[in-house]
Amino acid sequence: MFRRLVEPERASVRLMVDGRPVTAAPGDSVAAALLAASVVACRTTPVSGTPRAPYCMMGICFDCLVTVDGVGNRQGCLTRVREGMVVATQQGKREVGR
Amino acid sequence: MARRRDYDVAVVGGGLLGAAIGWGLARTGQRVAVLDEGDVAYRASRGNFALVWVQSKGLGMPEYAAWTRRSSDRWGELAALLMDETKLDVAFARPGGFHLCLSEGELENRTQMLMRLHNQPRMVSYPYEMLDREGVRKLLPEIGPEVVGGSYCPLDGHCNSLRLLRALHTAMRARGAAYLANHVVAHIEPRGGGFRLATAAGDVRAGKLVLAAGNGNARLAPMVKLGAPVRPQRGQIVVTERVRPFLPYPVVTIRQTDEGSVMLGDSVEEAGFDDSVGSGVVAAIADRARRMFPLLGGLNVVRSWAALRVMTADGFPIYDQSAECPSAFIATCHSGVTLAANHALELAPMIAAGQLHPDLEVFSARRFDVPKAGRA
Repeated sequence: MFRRLVEPERASVRLMVDGRPVTAAPGDSVAAALLAASVVACRTTPVSGTPRAPYCMMGICFDCLVTVDGVGNRQGCLTRVREGMVVATQQGKREVGR
Repeated sequence: MARRRDYDVAVVGGGLLGAAIGWGLARTGQRVAVLDEGDVAYRASRGNFALVWVQSKGLGMPEYAAWTRRSSDRWGELAALLMDETKLDVAFARPGGFHLCLSEGELENRTQMLMRLHNQPRMVSYPYEMLDREGVRKLLPEIGPEVVGGSYCPLDGHCNSLRLLRALHTAMRARGAAYLANHVVAHIEPRGGGFRLATAAGDVRAGKLVLAAGNGNARLAPMVKLGAPVRPQRGQIVVTERVRPFLPYPVVTIRQTDEGSVMLGDSVEEAGFDDSVGSGVVAAIADRARRMFPLLGGLNVVRSWAALRVMTADGFPIYDQSAECPSAFIATCHSGVTLAANHALELAPMIAAGQLHPDLEVFSARRFDVPKAGRA
């Protein structure tokens, strides 16, 4: 659905998304990396369970919440990818301990 | 000469009290108008903590403990009636509730206070337990190391109070009550056994009058020879993001809502009509909550707000009927959630019949007329 306007020149960053290896460009936000990897629905809402995708990409809408390295409800668009990062799409509410 | 009356009853105030009473009156077949302010009103009903709470209430007035327990006992019926009439689930749950203590001193004070409460003459009897740390931990495994114990009462519970307000409004309108927003009452004139209310949006006439205007009652009550010595008392609340259920019982200062948010409360400040949020109080609320449940420390806070309780000098409600204008009634309290069942199912029928039950005499504002020197 999404494709990059310019393919990155530098070496890519490797992360895991729901147990699957995904490569991203250095400097990508987690939300951008997910969209580029065709992971569009990044979570479901906590009350009605409706799917949500990254929307505003600037920290306002909170629709891109994902679990990053075991911490739930992280804003994907404000979190930069890092080598070895473990990302999980989030089903409903986060857990209080993670 | 017969005068035209728009309504059988005018209820002044569209919060939890006014809506519960208005719905209760409409259920008895009365033609009801509920007069409300606009969006700028101080609205305790939209800022409360949503507990349906029994333990610790009534020290100094055992009748208040009995009145509270009665409402708590009828809350399930209230929730079922609202579900039946509106299809709205007010998320009432009554698993029992906790008051947690973070030091031996707090635990000792709590123990003594509840003993004094339950040792009062005429005190209604109901179960509660003092628990040590292990006793609390069996039911609340996530408590932090500073929790030394607490009290548990099986009658305590909670609900979704915003949905309660919405359900009461929906139910009262479905039963034909008129909700009149932006009808700030400037003046009340007793007239021919009824009342003319001069409002910002024109006159409203009614045979009976119920003042349920929260802190506004202080201004309105003298117009019908009633007294309502109430003052605003600020409380602040902090709300976290939604999380999976982890807190099976409400704690008096921490509860998880039906939709997963964790609400943290509840502060007490004398700040007049100032409902602004202060970071110092918010930080203290959050710190105490984190000490009770360390897991909360990892959660994001999404909202905080302040609201103004409607407080009397002794902290107990006022229910009264005017001696000079006997068709005028007043109701005011700071537990509009807990007492909602009583207001709809007990108080409203009394008002419809034109007479408060003698059991409510103890709640008359005449108790404040006692000379101060004569009080303990």
